[in-house]
Amino acid sequence: MLCQECKMQPATVHLTKIVNNNKTEFYLCEECARKKGQFNISIPFSINDLLAGFIGMDNPSVSVQKEEMRQCKSCGMRFEQFRKNGRLGCQDCYKYFSDDLLPILRRIHGGTKHNGKVPKRAGVELRITRQIQQLKTQLQKAVETENFEEAARLRDRIKELEKQTGQK
Amino acid sequence: MSWINEDGPCSGMIISSRIRIARNIAEMPFAPMAGRDASQKVADMVKNSIMDSNSILSRDFDYIALKSLTDTERHVLVEKHLISPDLSERPETAAVLINKSQQISIMINEEDHIRMQSIFPGCQLEKAWELLSKVDDIIEESVEYCYDEQLGYITSCPTNVGTGMRASMMMHLPGLVATNYINTILQTISKVGLTARGLYGEGSEATGDIYQISNQITLGPSEEEIISNINIAVRQIMENEKRAREALLQSNRLQFEDRIWRALGILTHARKLSLKEFMSLLSQIRLGADMGIIDGINSRMLNELMVKCQPAHLQAHIGKLDEDLDSIRAERVRNELRKIV
Repeated sequence: MLCQECKMQPATVHLTKIVNNNKTEFYLCEECARKKGQFNISIPFSINDLLAGFIGMDNPSVSVQKEEMRQCKSCGMRFEQFRKNGRLGCQDCYKYFSDDLLPILRRIHGGTKHNGKVPKRAGVELRITRQIQQLKTQLQKAVETENFEEAARLRDRIKELEKQTGQK
Repeated sequence: MSWINEDGPCSGMIISSRIRIARNIAEMPFAPMAGRDASQKVADMVKNSIMDSNSILSRDFDYIALKSLTDTERHVLVEKHLISPDLSERPETAAVLINKSQQISIMINEEDHIRMQSIFPGCQLEKAWELLSKVDDIIEESVEYCYDEQLGYITSCPTNVGTGMRASMMMHLPGLVATNYINTILQTISKVGLTARGLYGEGSEATGDIYQISNQITLGPSEEEIISNINIAVRQIMENEKRAREALLQSNRLQFEDRIWRALGILTHARKLSLKEFMSLLSQIRLGADMGIIDGINSRMLNELMVKCQPAHLQAHIGKLDEDLDSIRAERVRNELRKIV
């Protein structure tokens, strides 16, 4: 619902005015509600408002980072935007802002490890990616120890897995 | 059938059980950064994932683009809890898939690409999750979700990351409200990661002594643990509510019954009823019916009446925008109750 007064901003304040037993109800944005100052207003305080307070407080050093670093390179969301709205712009925001997000997640949820449902499809790809990473580490070791027979076997296995996921 | 017109277990105190999960599609921008084209693509992908699936569910769903609806029609869906108030405020890009029995709705382009939910009457969170998880699997057959090995399902707001799950039960707690014990209960559940909201979710007022008890934490506990936490809390809240009702009844039975019968008297005869007054009187009737003081009324009838007398339902009922909904509400309540009592 849009603010009844300015018809621009979403209505976040619900005002009830009772004068001589006549009840009038208003749905306003915060700014218009403030302008109508004579009311006692109650602004719903949500988890998202609370969230905005958490953002950045665990990582004061980031403020000295260069401004261009503070933007998601995939979707272009600026960190300032996230701080204001509490919403992220794409999945990669979690990577670009991870230094800020992990402490926030710990504060909100008490932990940062998902233990629930795993999607079948993304889950399979994740498992293969993890396997490839492990094989690559083994391959490096095999090369270092000049175990070329093992290295060749590992290389073929990695190629096979990469073909499955379409990765290179 | 939906939560509105069917009875469920413990339906005296528990109106409905709802599971909602948030999902996003890989490589697509989230709502704050999505243009109209991206949103349309998301809507098509989700729609096709259901409509073109091999599952029997595919023929069970209707696709509704919100821009094809009037304001009133959109608010009717909100009042039935089939879409969120947030979705109704994004008419340009939002859409919803609703199944015939209205147990499942899949909201598209809300805060997340996909917000799907299932609602059952009474206390049935497990059943709601079982069904919803199947729908989730069907969508995932053709759509790749944003998923991170460590963080789980990725959502636009960090408060939903992990399972993306919000499990809630809508409870009727007049005894705890009347004894002022409700605040203690609400404070206590917040300590175990649960929260209470009003009838229409976040930010809404608790009218008619109705509270939604839901989990706040989505990252860490599994879906089953979230559900079992709520079940445990709800069971204890029900025990306390029962005790509060007994105490009220014993301290002054006549006054207790008088309040319930007066409520019925007003509802069957009033010529004007504001939403707030209606909801608080209905709460008395619900209490009276659940305690066996009023015969012949069950929670299913009351849920139906409650939804029918919400503002958008009344406007849809009379077929035009009307200023004086209070008198229309009063008339509708009289007519509906005449059929029952």
